[in-house]
Amino acid sequence: MDSVAEARPLSPTAKRSRFSRLLRKYALQIAIVFVALAILAFFIWRAPITFLSYDIYYSLMSTTPFFALIAIPLTLVIIAKEIDLSFTSVMAWGMTAFDVVFVATNNVWLGFIACLLAGLFAGWVNGMIVVKLGIPSLVATIGTQFLWRGVVLVVTNGQGLGLSAVKETVLYSALVGKIGDVIPAQFVWTIIIAIVIWFFLNRHKFGAHVYLVGDNADSAKLMGVDVGRTKILTFTIVGLAAAFAGFVVSTQVNYFWPTLGEGYLLNTLASVFLGGTSVFGGTGTIFGTFIASYIIAIINPGIVAAGWTAYWTQLIYGFIIVASVSLQAVLRRRLN
Amino acid sequence: MDNLLQLKNVSKTFGEVSAVHDVNLEIGTNEIVGLLGDNGAGKSTLVKLITGYHRPDPGGEIYWRNKKVDHLSVPKARELGIEVVYQERALADQQSLWRNIFLGREISNRWGMLDVKTMQHETQKLMHTAMGFTSSAVTSESVVGTFSGGERQGVAITRALYFKAELIILDEPTMGLSLSETRKCLDFVASIKAAGKAAVFIDHNIFHVYPVVDRIVVLDRGTVAGQFMKNELTLDELLDRLYRVAQTGSLENNQGATR
Ligand SMILES: Nc1ncnc2c1ncn2[C@@H]1O[C@H](COP(=O)(O)OP(=O)(O)O)[C@@H](O)[C@H]1O
Ligand SMILES: [Mg+2]
Repeated sequence: MDSVAEARPLSPTAKRSRFSRLLRKYALQIAIVFVALAILAFFIWRAPITFLSYDIYYSLMSTTPFFALIAIPLTLVIIAKEIDLSFTSVMAWGMTAFDVVFVATNNVWLGFIACLLAGLFAGWVNGMIVVKLGIPSLVATIGTQFLWRGVVLVVTNGQGLGLSAVKETVLYSALVGKIGDVIPAQFVWTIIIAIVIWFFLNRHKFGAHVYLVGDNADSAKLMGVDVGRTKILTFTIVGLAAAFAGFVVSTQVNYFWPTLGEGYLLNTLASVFLGGTSVFGGTGTIFGTFIASYIIAIINPGIVAAGWTAYWTQLIYGFIIVASVSLQAVLRRRLN
Repeated sequence: MDNLLQLKNVSKTFGEVSAVHDVNLEIGTNEIVGLLGDNGAGKSTLVKLITGYHRPDPGGEIYWRNKKVDHLSVPKARELGIEVVYQERALADQQSLWRNIFLGREISNRWGMLDVKTMQHETQKLMHTAMGFTSSAVTSESVVGTFSGGERQGVAITRALYFKAELIILDEPTMGLSLSETRKCLDFVASIKAAGKAAVFIDHNIFHVYPVVDRIVVLDRGTVAGQFMKNELTLDELLDRLYRVAQTGSLENNQGATR
């Protein structure tokens, strides 16, 4: 049947059913785009001066990556039916490794590599604790969140580090420079990382296994999927991404604060869930997380620009998150 | 008959529970073996030992074509040509049909990049040939969680069939199926024989098992209580003996059947 259908132009009904099939398949992604556009339209209406100028978009592109860079890989962990709450501390732990190595060698690049390796290691430790010891990731990563923050505070003695040396290297312009004066480099990195992770999630065995492991770990195991290795890998990627994001944030502000990462937890998690990834595992998209992170980011400046007090921010956050997640639940039920 | 698979002194203990105890079993090439036994007799555990999902306790040995297999794993068992339709179906409900067909052995290049087009195309083909899906609402992109019991079983069987197995194990495949679906399933088991392959068929209903198998093995509380060739025994005699197993835990007069 399919070869015949391919050879012939589609009949109107076949076209319609293909269209409705696509609509179903991408329903959640379409919905999140509409939510984003509706919010944007609202702010353009309420605060045209701010939202019709480029500055606000530039500022969104430069600050949203700070948590979107983590939310995107965190989507993998949540699709695999796990969670990671430790990345806020891992951001600072990566910079602590940078601190130690940079102070010892005076080499920014060595410090940068140490930072990434430290993040990789912290993520791997999370994975090992969850997989090999069988501790629920919620508990394990609350533990490691305290653990790495503790290491940071002990090693740095609570002292920060000026990063003017980073500014003198090409790393600075590569990570947080302006591209043609219109696009911040970190936005480009966020897009690149989103595409790479999208690719691995949708076009690679690893991603196929991430979905399977989150959907039904028993089935995956029976069919020979290495469930443990898949999970460990997702945690490791988040660790790496957290350290990278920590480096980007610190480079942007030219200073490493030992409190780095605090305040990122809820924005990051909200981006993943608002983006349509289910906490029950097995479903979720990188595209959804990406769009959702910008929804989260636009609300605060939007409210202020619209002339309300920032006190409204949390209320509106809460409303949008609860409404969107409910909408997703209804959509999902309707579609299946 | 040549041995395809042979288990020697295979046991499996879960903590305190001895699920399978000192089992010796052969399966010949092109032989259909019916495995009977009560709930909890250890049938599914035995299956998972054969597929490499469980490792036997020390001392147990597994032979494939008379060669000892060390460290059997799920991928290794597949490489040998062992396919299973698990009692629990082993599907991922929120994933598409094609992802379920290729679950755990996605078609990919050597860097692990998926060949999605080929997998979708193969699935589409299988739907019309092997699975017999007629509804146009079902495509290779359909999510299997929406399928009926029979359709889900069709997916599990088709998956086992697609990969050109030498030995197909079906663990209670008729569970929850309608009459016509059961009929199809039994025809499928018979077709394995015709195709020159071997099978282990597990089912509670001996009226299902008896017509399609060559030999019957009865498992009771983790051990082989007896086995006999079908042509040595009428269905009535079989029923009689099974009743006796349930009573005493052993089959009498089974010497003639041990080979
Ligand atoms: N993974 C496991 N952990 C602990 N006990 C198990 C496990 N799998 C099976 N068992 C136990 O082993 C025995 C045999 O189970 P099973 O092989 O499923 O029997 P059957 O398939 O014949 O009904 C049962 O007592 C069951 O509770
Ligand atoms: Mg069973």
